[in-house]
Amino acid sequence: MNLILYLIRKLTETEVWKSVFRHGYTDTPRNRALQTISNVWLHLHPVKVPKHAVKIRYTWCLGGLTFFIFLYLTVTGVLLMFYYVPDVNRAYADMIDLMYVVPLGRLLRTSHRWAGHAMVITVCFHMLRVFLTGSYKAPRQFNWVLGVLLLVLTFLLSFTGYLLPWDQLGYWAIMVGTNMGAATPVMGYQGPFAEMLGVKINNDIRFALLGGTQIDAPSLLRAYVWHCIGIPIISGALMILHFWRVRKDGGISGPL
Amino acid sequence: MSNNADAQVAKNNKTEKVFSWPNLVAKEFIAAILCTVILLAYSYYVDAPLRELANPGEPENPAKAPWYFLGLQEILVYFDPWIAGVVVPSIILMGLMAIPYIDTNPKGNGGYCFWDRRFAITVFLFGFIFWYALIVVGTYMRGPFWSFFWPWETWSFDFPTPPPSISLPNWLGIPALLAYFGFGMLVPAVLFWKFAKQLGFIRYNITMSLLLLMIGVLVKIALRLMFNIKYILQTPWFNI
Ligand code: HEM
Repeated sequence: MNLILYLIRKLTETEVWKSVFRHGYTDTPRNRALQTISNVWLHLHPVKVPKHAVKIRYTWCLGGLTFFIFLYLTVTGVLLMFYYVPDVNRAYADMIDLMYVVPLGRLLRTSHRWAGHAMVITVCFHMLRVFLTGSYKAPRQFNWVLGVLLLVLTFLLSFTGYLLPWDQLGYWAIMVGTNMGAATPVMGYQGPFAEMLGVKINNDIRFALLGGTQIDAPSLLRAYVWHCIGIPIISGALMILHFWRVRKDGGISGPL
Repeated sequence: MSNNADAQVAKNNKTEKVFSWPNLVAKEFIAAILCTVILLAYSYYVDAPLRELANPGEPENPAKAPWYFLGLQEILVYFDPWIAGVVVPSIILMGLMAIPYIDTNPKGNGGYCFWDRRFAITVFLFGFIFWYALIVVGTYMRGPFWSFFWPWETWSFDFPTPPPSISLPNWLGIPALLAYFGFGMLVPAVLFWKFAKQLGFIRYNITMSLLLLMIGVLVKIALRLMFNIKYILQTPWFNI
């Protein structure tokens, strides 16, 4: 026992150890503060937070959970990208491989999918909680606006992923969605006022989304690139802003 | 708004604080673990859906958008696609973004309370529930050709032909619309004069327009279900 303690002490006194861990772990207020500010991940938090804010029944953890699920989706999504090729001749077969051949592939694909649904649910309820606690009121108005953008992006993330398995479910769901785009006033070829401006099936907004007049190989590629690169980067950037603003607007809201 | 920010800072300096480590971080950690466990357990027992290979020649019937858009798909029954698919969601989003700027009531910031903000909370909850109610209908009660079935009925292809729908002639529809929005704006201004004055002219008009549009969707649904009304207003370019 003494030997182990001795070894631990020796280890934590080495130069290597000290270069990695900057402060000791004795439970002092100073170390608790350092634990937050000297850790790049944890310093997202303030060193101290209002007592009411750590109550589960205030935030219900919903914003944090939304972010966590986003991270979960990023990790599982990258793993899925190792197996999945956005080519109409391969995509569906890759899904079957994931479900039956790839070790843990079924769990990977399934949990990525359910996590996507879960994120849509948690983000909606996060919005509800922010509304019910009046947390959008001054000085947090703008963070609410950022939040609404994040809400849209979350829907779009999930929606672009829907087409990727290239099965009947995704194909026809995207058909329904993009046909609504075709009805956009002025910008969609079936929408009001489109004809007057020469907007047709091959130059309207639906065409831009699908990369063609129907859902085909270019649409799959577009969905893939938006889903895996475009929208995650945009939402990631907005999340950084969102968290920054939570801090800059005076920390989490609380009773005045 | 810097005054508010200053007030916030001053307030924060007074409130009782605890260290984030471990009080907050520990809870976040537990939440993350629970979330992962639930997610993995659910995924272990319930497979993600995968239907047959996509086939452009064989439409799914019914073809449904992802569930979170089914509210919009559901109102396609009652409105033309450009309204249901584009105008309604755009107005919802703009309305959501406008909320902090039109709700200037300072009460109820930072805590759950109903009474001090009964108007705001009632309207928001109504919209939230309306959105999900439509999703439930779209998900569980719409079968082939988007025809209505109760959840306990089996979907079949021989449902009764829907009765022919009628449109209001414009001489009736235009006054009806004008009356709806006109009275909708004026009557509350008179009845709740203090409330309207507090909001100010512009905020009052934005708030009431958004509210009337939201209720309008419900009214149109009711008109269709009760009287088979298809359009209220017809123009060469679009119909409402
Ligand atoms: C990807 C989506 C989102 C993520 C990851 C996210 C994350 C967070 C987190 C971690 C917080 C800290 C407090 C908490 O956990 O509740 C927060 C606060 C906040 N969020 Fe979000 N959020 C998202 C979407 C939204 C949406 C849709 C809205 C509203 C429309 C919104 C509005 C706000 C506001 C106003 C605050 C400050 C609340 C306060 O100080 O009490 N956020 N968000």
